[in-house]
Amino acid sequence: MSSVSTGSDAPIFHPEGPADQAPPDVLIVEDEPAILSSLEFILNHAGWRTRSVQDGEAALSAVNRWHPRMLVLDLMLPKRNGFDVLASLRARSDTRELPILILTAKGQQQDRRTAMELGASAFVTKPYANGDVLEAVASLLGSPVR
Amino acid sequence: MISGPLVIGTAIAYVVLLFVLAYISDVRARSGRGALLRSPLVFTLALSVYCTSWTFYGAVGSAARNGLEFFAIYLGPTLVFVGWWFGLRKLVRIGHRQRTTSIADFVSSRFGKSAGLAVLITLMAVAGITPYIALQLKAITTSLGVILSPEPAGVLARSGDDVGLAFAIAAAMALFSIFFGTRNINANEQHHGVVAAIAFEAVVKFVALIAVGLFVVFGIGGGVAATYARAAEAGVNLDPAANFGPRWITITILSAAAIICLPRQFQITVVENADENHLKTASWAFPLYLLGMSIFTMPIAIIGLSLLPSGADPDMFVLTLPLTHDSQALALFAFIGGFSSATSMIIVASIALSIMISNHVVVPIALRMPALFGLRQGEGMTRLLLTSRRLSIGFVLFLGFVYFWQTSGSGALAPIGLISFAGVAQFLPAILAALYWRDATRQGALAGLLSGFVIWAYTSFLPSLGASSPQIADLLANGPWHLGLLRPQALLGLSGLDPLVHSVFWSLLGNTLALVFVSIATQNSAMGRMQANQFVDVFRRSDDEQKGFTRSQAPMNDLFVMARRVLGTAAAERLFEKFAPTGRDALQVDATPRFISRLEKELAGSIGAASAHVLLGQVVSGESVTMEDVMQMADEAHQIMEYSQRLEQTTAELQSTTSQLQNANTRLRQLDSQKDEFLSQVSHEVRTPMTAIRSFAEILLTHTSLSESERRNFVSTIHAESVRLTGLLDEILDLNALERGEELWSNEAVDPGQALDRAVEVCAPITSQHNVQVTIGNRPRGLRVHANFNRVCQVFINLISNAAKYNDSANPQLNIDCRLENTTFVVDFTDNGPGISPSDHGTIFDKFWRGKRNPDTAQSGSGLGLAISREIMAKMNGSLTLVHGEGRGACFRVELPILEEAETAAAASPNEKVTAGAGLPRDE
Repeated sequence: MSSVSTGSDAPIFHPEGPADQAPPDVLIVEDEPAILSSLEFILNHAGWRTRSVQDGEAALSAVNRWHPRMLVLDLMLPKRNGFDVLASLRARSDTRELPILILTAKGQQQDRRTAMELGASAFVTKPYANGDVLEAVASLLGSPVR
Repeated sequence: MISGPLVIGTAIAYVVLLFVLAYISDVRARSGRGALLRSPLVFTLALSVYCTSWTFYGAVGSAARNGLEFFAIYLGPTLVFVGWWFGLRKLVRIGHRQRTTSIADFVSSRFGKSAGLAVLITLMAVAGITPYIALQLKAITTSLGVILSPEPAGVLARSGDDVGLAFAIAAAMALFSIFFGTRNINANEQHHGVVAAIAFEAVVKFVALIAVGLFVVFGIGGGVAATYARAAEAGVNLDPAANFGPRWITITILSAAAIICLPRQFQITVVENADENHLKTASWAFPLYLLGMSIFTMPIAIIGLSLLPSGADPDMFVLTLPLTHDSQALALFAFIGGFSSATSMIIVASIALSIMISNHVVVPIALRMPALFGLRQGEGMTRLLLTSRRLSIGFVLFLGFVYFWQTSGSGALAPIGLISFAGVAQFLPAILAALYWRDATRQGALAGLLSGFVIWAYTSFLPSLGASSPQIADLLANGPWHLGLLRPQALLGLSGLDPLVHSVFWSLLGNTLALVFVSIATQNSAMGRMQANQFVDVFRRSDDEQKGFTRSQAPMNDLFVMARRVLGTAAAERLFEKFAPTGRDALQVDATPRFISRLEKELAGSIGAASAHVLLGQVVSGESVTMEDVMQMADEAHQIMEYSQRLEQTTAELQSTTSQLQNANTRLRQLDSQKDEFLSQVSHEVRTPMTAIRSFAEILLTHTSLSESERRNFVSTIHAESVRLTGLLDEILDLNALERGEELWSNEAVDPGQALDRAVEVCAPITSQHNVQVTIGNRPRGLRVHANFNRVCQVFINLISNAAKYNDSANPQLNIDCRLENTTFVVDFTDNGPGISPSDHGTIFDKFWRGKRNPDTAQSGSGLGLAISREIMAKMNGSLTLVHGEGRGACFRVELPILEEAETAAAASPNEKVTAGAGLPRDE
């Protein structure tokens, strides 16, 4: 079985609507359950369809299966870290332009620079203001389609 | 015939006269009235010690046998003295500079003051001179025999009676030399009395020979022309071309070498010389003297050969001609002349040799083995020197006597003299190298001298003994082991040469080649280089201080230049001006003793006393550096070296301190970067709960229409994350305190089993939440460990909750097994979870390491638990280790040393422990 956790595995809020048919707007890659649930809540409330996984390997296979419009990617992840995931996706032609928002507690300048060099689309530091995350997602995807 | 008592009496009276003369001269020289003694005339006359009885009697014999060959004996010295500017002047200058006491001293001094070289030259000189002394003994005994014989013209050398006579003469000469030569020890080995006596003897033998010559030519021969007219009749070949050949050249070279290398000549020319300008006078006067000594040689030979019976000994013509012509008085005078020649040679030669023997052989041994010579520290050296010289004189004369004894009746005077000449000529290459060749080395000199000496001994000295031993005669004829190539007088098949030419050719060739090649192959020592420069550059060093023997002649320019170099221009000018007479410039200072001593003090302030003294001494007196000065300089240099060694040591210490500091710095930087890393990790760990708290707080603030259950949910998440944050901060502070070694608790006697029970109890909610089945086996009861109950519980709780939280098994289990191993309480916590992958074995106890969490749980550790647990166990002298992480499950092991009964009691009541455990003596 895949280690990808589907929307139904999410412990708290699960968005209604087509689960396996429509590709999600945002794939959230985050191993901290509390943070994951808060992200899902605010993005869903803003109108984005989300799905989530909790480690780097799952993130890569989820991209292949669900074709999300963008990624919200943590850096400190089990199995494969965020930099690794970012570099793999940027090495592939089909995901080279995929918008990726880096969301991390590693707030140092060096990490931000490394992420941008690897091709991150945007970078938000934890703890974040919810508005910053929504703004960044909106600027990468445009207006949410209801 | 002259009566024996008259002859003996005259000889004794003559000796007494010499003694008185020498004594008076010594006294006068000592009281500073020896102006005449220090004159060039006396010096030149003393040089005539070259003309021994060999010259006095033997030259006539040589002329009778070999025609003009005898003249070559005078030609060599004449050339050397006429060319004094080129060689002798340098020799004498260096001799003065180095305070040379003998030829051995001279050569060894040049080659790094080599003791071995000095000994070798001494031995060579003794060996070389022994035949020469024997020659004098032979001359005296033969002449005595002739003058006492009723049939003088028929006397030939008789061996039998002569041995006793020769011994008596040798003994008498020994006494005589001891009286003259060793009355005191003079620092520079000058013997004014001896020189005066030798000069007097020079006059006596000169006048005697001239008198005989005049008598023979004009009294018997009827004038010069008439005398030479008898040459053909006498069978003497006067054609110079007939004599000119290898032998003639060889003898010229040998005699030129001899006038420098003969120890007695060196003694007079260099050691006894008072002023090198005397050479200028001697350069013409000495050849003139030699001419006088040789002018009647040929006429006497011609007359003797033509008038005396054919069996007459030509060596004795000087005596036999007056005797046979009834001039007894003249004969007696001639005898005294010959006696003078012999005694002067014996005296000077034995003194020169005794100086060498005692200075280079006896004294070095005595200094090394003081007990053997009855020497005590700093005492009796003068006495030892005198004694050793006296014995040496006796020894040298005894050797001469033995040689005479062994060779008596073996022929004419001249060949014996030439053997000696060839022996001492071996010094020539070394002396020339000393004077002119800077790169000549000690080893080269040794090799040259040794080769020359060995070849000389084999080709000249040994054959001269041929008559006394059949074995030697056989060796001469057939070579050793019948090897024809090694025949002493035809080495390497070089036969057909005159034995003398043969010997000189091979010995000087071997000598020179060895000197040159070994010198090229070896290096001079530091001392050798210094001395080489002192010798070779003796003129360059001091052209303008040639006569600067007195203080008043100190060249002020030099003093000023030196002072300026040492003290600096301003200070030097101040000093000189202070002492200058008013109104005159600084360089017109009078070199008063006060000024000189003041200058020396000033210099000493800058460069040390010894160096100042040496510097000043060189400029003021033109004298060379004495050994004592050198030792003092060396002392100062040693002090400077010690100082510099201390500096080096300090430098080394500084370097080591620097490297220690660098290491400490590196360590600090590592710690600093570890701290940065830690801070970065802490920041990350703190940010994570903060993110959830902030995000949910914002949701609660902005989304007012949330359901009650949603609101509750969010608030409880915020609460949980806050608790987690607090726990994290507590753990960070706790670990920090543990790592800093702070005393956070006190250890006491604790039952580890109880602590385990408590931990399992506390963890029951977590284990049941994760459905973990905990098994605890039998365990020892009533044990005591030295620990803190709560902290032991903390470690156990951490291990149990880790086993629960990270166990992903469908049927999670935790097996707790405790036992007593020897004196150690051991607990194993074994789970069936994912285990620790081998790559993580080294890092699981690091800060912020986390296992793979069960994704279903919201609980997350700080990553500090294992690090803290391990620190706690260390503080209790226990340990926490990962035992086996291979395959399924992990096993953590806790070990704690148990307390013995007594320790248990002590640990239970810490206050008593202080007194009981102090280990004080019981009977205190």
